[in-house]
Amino acid sequence: MDASLKTSATAPIVARAQTLFEDLSFTAAREWKAAQPGRKVIGYMPLYVPREIIHAANMLPLGILGGGDQLEVIHGDAYYQSYICRIPRSTVELGVSGRLDFVDGMLFPSICDVIRNLSGMWKMMFPHVYVRYFDVPQNYRDEIGGNYYVNELAELRRDFAELRGQPITDEELRESITLYNENRKLVRELYTFRAERPWLAPAAEVYLVLRAGLVLPVDEHSAMLRAYLGAAKTEERPRRDNCRIVLTGAFCEQPPLNLIKSLELSGCYVVDDDLLLVTRWLTGDVSTEGDPLRSLATAFLHHSESTAAKYEPNEKEKGQHLVRAVVRSAAEGVIFAAPSFCDPALLERPMLQRVLNKAGIPFIAFKYAENSGQMQPIREQAGTFADSIKLWSGA
Amino acid sequence: MSAIITTPKPASTKTVAKDASMVKQKEMMASHYDRLTSAPQSGEKVASTFVPGNLNELIMCFGLVNNLPEVNAIQNGLRRTSGAYVLEAEKIGHSEDVCTYVKSDIGMMAKGNLAPNGKKFPNPDVLLLSYTGCFTFMKWFELLREQYKCETIMLHTPYMGDGKITPNMIEYMVKQLKEEVIPKLERISGVKFDIDRLREYLKKSVKAEEELVWVLQSAKHKPSPIDAYFGGIYYIGPIFGAFRGTDDAIEYYKFLREEVADRLAHGQGPVTPDGDMGGEKYRLVVEGPPNYTSFRQFWKMFYDEGAVVVASSYTKVGGVYDFGFRHDPDKPLETLAEYCLGVYTNRSLPMRIDMLANYVKDYDADGLLINSIKSCNSFSAGQLLIMREVEKRTGKPAAFVESDLVDPRYFSAANIKNRLESYFQMIEQKRAGARAAA
Repeated sequence: MDASLKTSATAPIVARAQTLFEDLSFTAAREWKAAQPGRKVIGYMPLYVPREIIHAANMLPLGILGGGDQLEVIHGDAYYQSYICRIPRSTVELGVSGRLDFVDGMLFPSICDVIRNLSGMWKMMFPHVYVRYFDVPQNYRDEIGGNYYVNELAELRRDFAELRGQPITDEELRESITLYNENRKLVRELYTFRAERPWLAPAAEVYLVLRAGLVLPVDEHSAMLRAYLGAAKTEERPRRDNCRIVLTGAFCEQPPLNLIKSLELSGCYVVDDDLLLVTRWLTGDVSTEGDPLRSLATAFLHHSESTAAKYEPNEKEKGQHLVRAVVRSAAEGVIFAAPSFCDPALLERPMLQRVLNKAGIPFIAFKYAENSGQMQPIREQAGTFADSIKLWSGA
Repeated sequence: MSAIITTPKPASTKTVAKDASMVKQKEMMASHYDRLTSAPQSGEKVASTFVPGNLNELIMCFGLVNNLPEVNAIQNGLRRTSGAYVLEAEKIGHSEDVCTYVKSDIGMMAKGNLAPNGKKFPNPDVLLLSYTGCFTFMKWFELLREQYKCETIMLHTPYMGDGKITPNMIEYMVKQLKEEVIPKLERISGVKFDIDRLREYLKKSVKAEEELVWVLQSAKHKPSPIDAYFGGIYYIGPIFGAFRGTDDAIEYYKFLREEVADRLAHGQGPVTPDGDMGGEKYRLVVEGPPNYTSFRQFWKMFYDEGAVVVASSYTKVGGVYDFGFRHDPDKPLETLAEYCLGVYTNRSLPMRIDMLANYVKDYDADGLLINSIKSCNSFSAGQLLIMREVEKRTGKPAAFVESDLVDPRYFSAANIKNRLESYFQMIEQKRAGARAAA
């Protein structure tokens, strides 16, 4: 923690978020579970799961994002070849080392073949845990993909009801939707604030505060977001002569915190990103009227983020989400940061780069692993990029 | 029944032995490439699509010619042109980490898009993105869509994560077929969909499927009359490619069955590129695709040691028929959905483990060998667990080698040969142990 931050209003909030981030035993989630008999915790991996359904069952959704750069992977490497990304091996490490022994269920969303296959591995390795591969439609018509998705959600609802021994009512679902709508609204507010005044909301802080939402109950996280926003707005921090960039490609395996910090230190304010997308996957409020599962499905089909794990049926739309992110956040460039061996991000990258080229938006690209330790090359690359933008953009 | 032909490849000047069925298969593939590259002249329209989830019967209902990019990449691998194509794709910005089928395809396009017959591939009229069992497919066709500027039709096959096909999955897929795939294919082809025509093709598929299963299961005999991996790749070519649902496929598989029956009757083992294999010393189950850039060299490492592959998962990648599934003409759209859902790479990891462990038992194999492919996460992620689990369940030794599909940089002959030799020694030790215990 920066000494200068210790006296600031945001410092205690960020410190709390950092403690949660560093705690690979998930003490907060363990304590939440222990606080009341019968409570259950459901882990989930990137990219998106409908956390509302877990919450409605009075369970804690717990985001599992690998082990970061602090976890020594001993057993996990025995499960994967060298050419497979790091997040599954560190997740296996979390599992076999007992760090997830309090988790009652795991959801593996449809993101790539590695996470998909990990769902089957988890079934084999932890047979006492509820495990589900959470498939989402790649067809976005209400009567086709929508119906399929509603039925999948209904199955999830039935499974969680069985797990807690009591049905999940529509009313419970609507209450959860309301809480998550509020949470997403606050996250959007935070992103808007950062895009406007990035020097007041450093990327690493925003990341930590957002990441806390993957461990904390939603209402507690909303309170943290409110507190951080309130504190950040009142804070005085020096404005650097940084360029403004959108960070993309980091939607699954997480970059080390130092990497995020390094970008800003080398002259790039991160004004938008695709980190921790689950916190803002749905881009608008989910309706609290009518069938709650249908409402979640409608939001998924028509008001959700674009990313590499999703099929884009309209070629003209391909990559436009990134151009819009650049425009919306008044960014001057894009940094593609993809985990090594990440199929979705790396297969997508050339298409997005062509779109950016066409739109005249400069970019750079590099790869990382969640345990990358050497930041100097990234600093040099990002610093040169920032300089080139400052010197030559709009000239 | 075997014929001797001379391969045109510079890789070897030796004569290569092939079964008559292999020669026939090669002719079928060549005729298909001729048909494909003549499409601009013949006026036939072309649909590019994938092997797993290949809806050939449906495609034929619209008079479309099927083009399979993975098969083209394989051909480039076998002809040793894929290495240059992969480098070309990397030069234009594709990551060294991703699927080499994709990069071979992209590189081939950049270098003139030439088919194995030396003629230019026609641009597809439609990309039928049958998204089954492999994430990369989705990105692959988004990439091709950029190049070809043609319509892309998505058919999403849900993954069998819980090891079962649910009514919701079937309903979702049938709806996509009825409301997305078929209307779009009608529009693109100008041909009205006729469900009875589809039924007729499906009836033909069943006949070929029956024969294929008989051929693959002939490997239960000792000695096995076939190699169900290296030889199996020839056998699956027509049914996984452009011929399922055709009279040609029925004729081919009938011919193949007769040929295999003849070998069986004479107690013969498989035909290898160096002629009849000698005595069968080791019976293996193989998981994972082969390496294509050194295909013959890879195969030789097996037959030189008397190792025959009696069952493989790769020969199920375009359809799993050996547990009873057959296309059902009475439920034409549902059966297409069920087919897509059931292909090997769309099956959960526990299902794959069950399959492989059962193969080891049912085919009385000496063990499981995994050829792990660097750029194919769909197959490769989880294979180390598969290996341990199959070993545990069967009590038979397993081994692991690594290579790539069509990237020659990832084929290390010395390493693979070393590991295979160690593996065969391990099997011998196991046998000696069993004999001592008896």
